Amino acid sequence: MIVSFNKGGKRMEDSEAVGKTNFLEQFIKKGWVGKSLLILLALWVIWQLSQAFMTKPSVFLQQVVNGLQLGFVYALIALGYTMVYGIVRLINFAHGDVFMVGAFVSYYLVSRYQLHLWLSKVAPQTPQVLALIVGTISVILVAMAICALLAFTIERIAYRPLRTAPRISALITAIGVSFFLEYFGALQFVFSPNFTTFKRPFEVVSWAINEKGTQLFKTGTEVPPNSILVSNIFIIIVLTSILLLVLLNYIVMQTRIGKAMRAVAYDKPTARLMGINVDSIISITFGIGAALAGAGGMLYAIAFPQVVFWMGIIPGLKAFVAAVLGGIGSIPGAFVGALIMGQAEVLSASYISTPMRDAISFSILILVLLIRPTGIFGERSTEKA
Amino acid sequence: MMKIQKTSLFFILGAIVFYLIVQYLMSSGLLTTFFTTIILIGGVMAIVSLGLNLIYGFNGQFSLGQWGFYAIGAYTAADITFRWYQMHTAQALVVALLAVVFAGIAFFIVGKVVKAIKDFDVLSIFALYLVVTVFFVYLAVMLGQPLTQPVTAFFMQMPPQVSMQVIYILAVLIAGVLAAEISFIFGLPVLTLGSDYFGIATLGFTIIVKVLLDNSDTLLGFAEMKGARGMVGIPKITTWFWVFLFLLIVVGVVRNLLHSSYGRAIISVREDEIAAKAMGIDVGQYKNLAFVLGSFFAGLAGGLYAHINGFLHPDTFNFIKSFDPMIIIVFGGLGSVTGTVVASFGWALVLEGFLRLILPQGFETWRFVVYPLLLLVMMLLKPNGLFGGVEMPFLKQTVPPLPESLLEEPKKEVSQ
Repeated sequence: MIVSFNKGGKRMEDSEAVGKTNFLEQFIKKGWVGKSLLILLALWVIWQLSQAFMTKPSVFLQQVVNGLQLGFVYALIALGYTMVYGIVRLINFAHGDVFMVGAFVSYYLVSRYQLHLWLSKVAPQTPQVLALIVGTISVILVAMAICALLAFTIERIAYRPLRTAPRISALITAIGVSFFLEYFGALQFVFSPNFTTFKRPFEVVSWAINEKGTQLFKTGTEVPPNSILVSNIFIIIVLTSILLLVLLNYIVMQTRIGKAMRAVAYDKPTARLMGINVDSIISITFGIGAALAGAGGMLYAIAFPQVVFWMGIIPGLKAFVAAVLGGIGSIPGAFVGALIMGQAEVLSASYISTPMRDAISFSILILVLLIRPTGIFGERSTEKA
Repeated sequence: MMKIQKTSLFFILGAIVFYLIVQYLMSSGLLTTFFTTIILIGGVMAIVSLGLNLIYGFNGQFSLGQWGFYAIGAYTAADITFRWYQMHTAQALVVALLAVVFAGIAFFIVGKVVKAIKDFDVLSIFALYLVVTVFFVYLAVMLGQPLTQPVTAFFMQMPPQVSMQVIYILAVLIAGVLAAEISFIFGLPVLTLGSDYFGIATLGFTIIVKVLLDNSDTLLGFAEMKGARGMVGIPKITTWFWVFLFLLIVVGVVRNLLHSSYGRAIISVREDEIAAKAMGIDVGQYKNLAFVLGSFFAGLAGGLYAHINGFLHPDTFNFIKSFDPMIIIVFGGLGSVTGTVVASFGWALVLEGFLRLILPQGFETWRFVVYPLLLLVMMLLKPNGLFGGVEMPFLKQTVPPLPESLLEEPKKEVSQ
């Protein structure tokens, strides 16, 4: 960009043709000055992590498992960001708060009203486990549906009138919706401004995995040496996320709606000419994204059993960063980005610096953007620098 | 004799009258301390938002990093005056001044090298600037230690009132320059990313700054900043005079810049980068100029803000608040200096003042419910802002209207 032209406006190709021998010149020309700094940084991080792995492999692997758990929740939120951005080019800042609403809906259903036990109330002879599974799944579905409805409403009221307005107005509106959801939720009669404990719908069961095999782990007892704890929460989160991801991929890639979504993302006016109802497709996109966020909210609340009105801000932001990291607009990108963010957060918290973990996540974002300006899976942008 | 334009005369006279009226109201006690603070904050926000308007409204770079530079400015200035006021040493002043000057020298040297060799890519330029600047700042810190004693003695000779004011003004200026220098290094690689990605990277910058401030006592080693507990004991010496003076200077600088060929180049980058490049405009350089100048204003404003309440807390600088200047400039109208200033004062008065007074007892928490609703209604009714395209006569110029690309979604991105 700035430096590729010399004073005369002539490209520097002639000097390239003349002197190819000078090592320093080649070093500079290939951009190795900047790259070497990054490589040094990467080596330092790898050294840190490998040392951590060498000294205590089980602790390290435990952290990786924790990071996966976090990453899968982030993935569910990130998908909503990436889909909405892919279609309307809007950074939907209210998405994190939809996630918060999902967590609160599940809190009300599970902890407050015990509605996850409906099957054993209706038909008391059903086995306990089956009733619990059906109940939890139905609670997740209700949370998803309510979040989808909320997103439909938000889209209808706040974003649709601004479809032709400047993009920044829509962004400010998104921020406004986000503030509204947060502070309305903070009111005493809505969600209350305090931390509320979330009572899980099921008991936590953990297994300790070590070289001797897998055994049930009783809470309160000492963790067996050199073992990794895996809880049923982790398994539920991973399974649910993968299931939803596969479902989403099926919807986007195989169904008519998915085809229409891709068409709208590609070219809105032409999609409209082809008889696609662009507005309803955008609404559906918002709805699907919000449903995923709702499921994520419930899973997050199960994993970290506490709900509070601002709980959506940081996970929402992290998920957004994950979406950008993976290449915003790309669904596998969001997934991979979220896993990276989860690992980055947990590993930097445990091995580099706990208070700096948010800063490190964002530094990773900036570094990735510098190396690949459109994210890991992003298409080449048409932006000119 | 220089001919003064009628509009300039009116502007200056109007400004003086406005200043005097507000000053009279403040000193006569008609305005309570509460409202005085709000007006001061309004002025400070006006400076921050003008900086952002320069970056986004006039140059088209979607930046969310303004708040980070504001934070840097606030904490820098606060640390300098705090050490003088509470610890009676000019150490922070000397070190910061030297660091700023040495960083400037480093920029100059690296700039020469980069210009001479020409073959560097963006990342390499960034790495060079970073390494050399860090080295020079380290030198400055080393050199600052022996110089502290004589400088402190020099300031001690002055009457305490005078020395405090001098150090305060120096602190505010250093805060601005430091913010500008950091924005220069940060902007070098990040400005090449392009619109939304630039916004996200700058948002990341704001969050990184906030996290660093949260741990300023443990990680950065500034015990007096007290990390997440908040910094107390900063002298409360920002007066309406200083805020207004700086605001006036900033408005004047922005106005004159936009009237110059530099300003036209900055605006041309917003209109169409490719066309601007084709006209021989160094797009990268002008993006950087606007970004650095905008951040300079943010740093200045931070320095002023730190001395209003005498209290700084990292939560003031969290990323949620970083949308405030963005909201203000969109409210006031992108690319409108008048709108930005009016919206800043209006924002401070409505959000902090009237909403607190109007809402009945027991409904204080509704303030932030009403605020986003106001925001939504405003955006739905006037998506282009209050003063979009409207300007005071003094500030008016032959600026083309806002481009299609800012008013609609960019077509080229869709058609990829």
